[in-house]
Amino acid sequence: MTNIKISSASLDVQSCIAWSRAPEAGGIDVFIGSVRNMTKGKSVVRLEFEAYESMALKEMEKIAAYALTKWPVHKILIHHRTGVLAVGEIPVIIVVSAARRGAAFEACRYAIDTLKETVPIWKKEVFEDGEHWVAAHP
Amino acid sequence: MRVLAFGIAKEIFGGASVEVLENTTLSVAGLQAILEERYPRLKQLSSFMIAVNGEYSQPGTIIHKGDEVAIIPPVSGG
Repeated sequence: MTNIKISSASLDVQSCIAWSRAPEAGGIDVFIGSVRNMTKGKSVVRLEFEAYESMALKEMEKIAAYALTKWPVHKILIHHRTGVLAVGEIPVIIVVSAARRGAAFEACRYAIDTLKETVPIWKKEVFEDGEHWVAAHP
Repeated sequence: MRVLAFGIAKEIFGGASVEVLENTTLSVAGLQAILEERYPRLKQLSSFMIAVNGEYSQPGTIIHKGDEVAIIPPVSGG
């Protein structure tokens, strides 16, 4: 079972975990991204996330579908925020439930690593003295 | 053909999309060459992909009338 969402509203960790629970799930692995206050020694004021939403949802579905075939995983949830996020806010939540912890950890790691490589979402870091799109330039 | 832009590509294009007039059948590689000529800053990016109908394309992919085409600069979600 998958639960994929892109939202301009705050992500709710508790409801994400609640969705993933099931009697057969012996382990639930949760990855929570959080806006960090520093990048390479510079203070971050805020992040701005933009998505190519229709394609991003498809790519997120692919990640979840692959995880379900690759590991004995029961449920996988991937939620991503868009818009302006302050330090400490949550851009991404991934929750994986499985009978055993090994599959949950591995699938969760795969999901966040792959999301960062393939899902068309972009973040702009805004500093006190400027801003830039992350990863845009070599 | 309308080409959608996101992230830094939107800044390079100066808008959320640009119009490209195609006289002949255009491949993804052909579109890339047209865009790079018109917007040289695209060549300064680490890389960029072109998506057709919401899927990453290959250089040889042929773009058909009505396809949704988008520039995908390096992604940075999460």
